[in-house]
Amino acid sequence: MMFFISWQEALNVAIKHMAMKQFINFVKKEFAHVLRDKKTLLILFGMPVMQILIFGFALTNEVKNSKIIVMDQAKDLASQQIISKIAASRYFDIENTVMNTVQMDAEFRKGKIRMALVFPAGFNEALLHQGKAQIQVIADASDPNTANTLSNYVSAIVQDYQSSVDNRVTVPYRIVPVLRMLYNPQLKGAPNFVPGVMALVLMLVCVMMTAISIVKEKETGTMEVLLVSPFQPILVILSKAVPYLLLSLVNVASILLLSVYVLDLPINGSILLLFAESTLFIITCLSIGILISIKTNSQQLAMLISLMGMFLPTVLFSGFMFPIENMPYPLQLISNLVPAKWFYMIIKSIMIKGLGFAAIWKETLILAGFTVVLLAVSLKSFKIRLA
Amino acid sequence: MSNGYAIAVNQLRKTYGKEQFVAVDDVSFHVDKGEVFGLIGPDGAGKTSIFRVLTTLLLAEKGTASVEGYDVQKDYKQIRKIIGYMPGRFSLYPDLTVAENLNFFATVFGTTVEENYHLIADIYVQLEPFKDRRAGKLSGGMKQKLALCCALIHKPVVLFLDEPTTGVDPVSRKEFWEMLKRLKAQGITILVSTPYMDEAALCDRIALIQQGKILSIDTPENMVKQYPEQLYAIKADQTYELIKALRKYPEVLDCYAFGDYTHVSFKHVFEDDLLRRYLMSEGLSQIEIKPAVPTIEDYFIKLLKS
Repeated sequence: MMFFISWQEALNVAIKHMAMKQFINFVKKEFAHVLRDKKTLLILFGMPVMQILIFGFALTNEVKNSKIIVMDQAKDLASQQIISKIAASRYFDIENTVMNTVQMDAEFRKGKIRMALVFPAGFNEALLHQGKAQIQVIADASDPNTANTLSNYVSAIVQDYQSSVDNRVTVPYRIVPVLRMLYNPQLKGAPNFVPGVMALVLMLVCVMMTAISIVKEKETGTMEVLLVSPFQPILVILSKAVPYLLLSLVNVASILLLSVYVLDLPINGSILLLFAESTLFIITCLSIGILISIKTNSQQLAMLISLMGMFLPTVLFSGFMFPIENMPYPLQLISNLVPAKWFYMIIKSIMIKGLGFAAIWKETLILAGFTVVLLAVSLKSFKIRLA
Repeated sequence: MSNGYAIAVNQLRKTYGKEQFVAVDDVSFHVDKGEVFGLIGPDGAGKTSIFRVLTTLLLAEKGTASVEGYDVQKDYKQIRKIIGYMPGRFSLYPDLTVAENLNFFATVFGTTVEENYHLIADIYVQLEPFKDRRAGKLSGGMKQKLALCCALIHKPVVLFLDEPTTGVDPVSRKEFWEMLKRLKAQGITILVSTPYMDEAALCDRIALIQQGKILSIDTPENMVKQYPEQLYAIKADQTYELIKALRKYPEVLDCYAFGDYTHVSFKHVFEDDLLRRYLMSEGLSQIEIKPAVPTIEDYFIKLLKS
């Protein structure tokens, strides 16, 4: 009996050893596929860098150096002081001064001017003697967000000037709101998009590339040969996922490095937790990719489904482009089904707010739930034959 | 359920899609151990479907099939351990080198190249000079040789070759069949399919297939012997005109183009002079008439017409 058991154990060990060797060899082969294809490499490592740089420097919604014109009919002390204050701010560049409304309209029509300030004649007089003066702010509202932001900036500058004037006269009651922008005091765009870009890149790399690489084997007929082998079919799929998991972690690292050293966005929370959560999300994405690859037979279809079914919802519903709170209720419900939304929330909490696991365990649990369900469905629908 | 056959197929039926397109229709045959058995038929005859059922890749609607006594549905795991399969399309990794492909498939089957090198030595020596070249950059014939090596590396008991020589140059095709002979000598059972009739003669036994049905199973020699009429090969300056003229000739039973010649069989009697004079009166010249030995292709054409 003893002999029998030990013999069987030895066999089990041998089989496990063999399976492990096969698995490792498979993973090696997968790495060769990725590393030898220049296009794949470019997408894999070029895309995150490109996206960070594009979002960081080109597609910014911060308003800086907006061109404005001034029509100063007063030309007195107060108007000049306000104008010089505005010119000094980094939000505005005073492009021109105009003398009448005809010139002003012409400037607006050229399209370069975002805003015009009009000081009526006798501005200072009115301010001093009537205690009340008006500045007309005319903004180009064809871009409503910018127009809004700019008029707020002007109000703030004027308010600021007023309070400096008020110091000379005593006003009995004054309420001064003191603003504090939590987590992102300079209102920079980077804290918002870096987690978003991470979700996007991981989604693209893991879902699309995994799906394509498995479907490719179906298309070229190598899957036929692999199926007709003693190799466990599900291991074929899993060994495809391993290289993409590792490469995606490299991507996470490179995005974080870029955001810290190029965009000056510090990581406030635990880096270890950040990587652990990223790994979880990568596995979620990989299981989506595997599911797509099981259900499709052509690379084009796999790519289309990955893009339409995963990439678009990630952009729309993760909350990094469009705030979810502003969406109609049904769409808010749909957004809950997008794994990237939860990942985005997690990363924002760790990176920007510096929170720990206690603050994000719910989101983590939801993400883990997605992964388990997706993996279960993939395993169930995996075919051991061609059809 | 050991039945002594390497492959046994019994009343197999396979259809595709909602329209129930019949790819394999009530097919039965068996292959003896150590035999080279050929499935011969045009494209779309159902050869690949039979291969996929036997290699456990597809399930049939009706009928049974077994490989080395293992049922293709129930015992698919055992079958996958003992067979080698070379699909019709080139199924290696074009971005891996020759040596990497071979090593990969060896590991997948739980063996090493060294262990079974003797099986592929003949073939691999020709590939050796290119072992660091990517498989995608090999010529058609070389690709087939590499695919065969990969299918052989785990010392399969039964080898399935689905149209291994399609798209391969004639010289490589000849070499390929010589390799199959050597493998047979090692005791490996081989099921091979081909649309080329000349390759049929190289098999031990063949099954002629058309539209999912087996028309005949026999040795190539017997098939040729069964050809009922005397066959003649006729040639003239204009082939098309020649066939048109022969079709009008009342004694002609059957005629069809066969390479440079036209193969003709006659109903009752055949008189050389009479035919010659008739063809000349039809405006043909350089007429050549000679008796021909029927081939598998002639037999196949005969079967299709009857």
